[in-house]
Amino acid sequence: MELTNLECIPGKKIVAHYGVVSGSTVRAKHVGRDIMASLKNLVGGELKGYTELLHEARQESIERMVKIAEDFGANAVVNIRFATSNVAQGASELYVYGTAVRVE
Amino acid sequence: MIEYGIIAFLLALGYFVGSWAESRHYREIEKNEERLNTLPATNLKNHPELENAERTWLVTESVVIGQDYFKRFVAALINIVGGRVSSYETLVDRARREAIIRLKDQAKDADLIVNIRLETSSIGGSANRKGTVGSIEALAYGTAVKLRK
Repeated sequence: MELTNLECIPGKKIVAHYGVVSGSTVRAKHVGRDIMASLKNLVGGELKGYTELLHEARQESIERMVKIAEDFGANAVVNIRFATSNVAQGASELYVYGTAVRVE
Repeated sequence: MIEYGIIAFLLALGYFVGSWAESRHYREIEKNEERLNTLPATNLKNHPELENAERTWLVTESVVIGQDYFKRFVAALINIVGGRVSSYETLVDRARREAIIRLKDQAKDADLIVNIRLETSSIGGSANRKGTVGSIEALAYGTAVKLRK
């Protein structure tokens, strides 16, 4: 599966479009991580726990999107975009979407 | 009385440790930017070099950075009268530059990164008390390109 946020895959021809595919995941923070983060928030700096959490969550939403694209019979997803939104106190949604295509 | 003492202590801690951490982070950012200068990164979609692309792949990298207690307190005060909140300008600046540095680090094998997008979001929860933003996430993503030799 080829992933790109360009509108095409350079050097390859798109032969079929399957429409928009998306994947999302909503993650809440772990209590332990939250306590550590609030301590870290006193002095500022990088909150590594959150960076890792969001990274994992984003990988998961990409995997979900790829699975949907595979079900369509696509072998690439182009024009990928990411979006993040706060759905509830302490939880955020990580959303990824793109167009599933078949390339030669 | 003891409550004021705690607040004063946290403010002092935030001020001294926070500004030390910030200047250290800036030194690191400058060093890393210098090191990664050789890898061109653009937000162009149709880069002329793309015709010679051998392989392309998606790269994503993000960083969450928190604000210190002192600066949050100052920002809350500035919020009353309005105006420029420079302490938050450095926060988002650091987060974005760090995200791009990590993106370039991840795309070490690439010759070029095109179509870079940057996105910022605030992390809610306990970090977001009193309506002031405690920490922000900067996300950078783009397409890494390996050129044909």
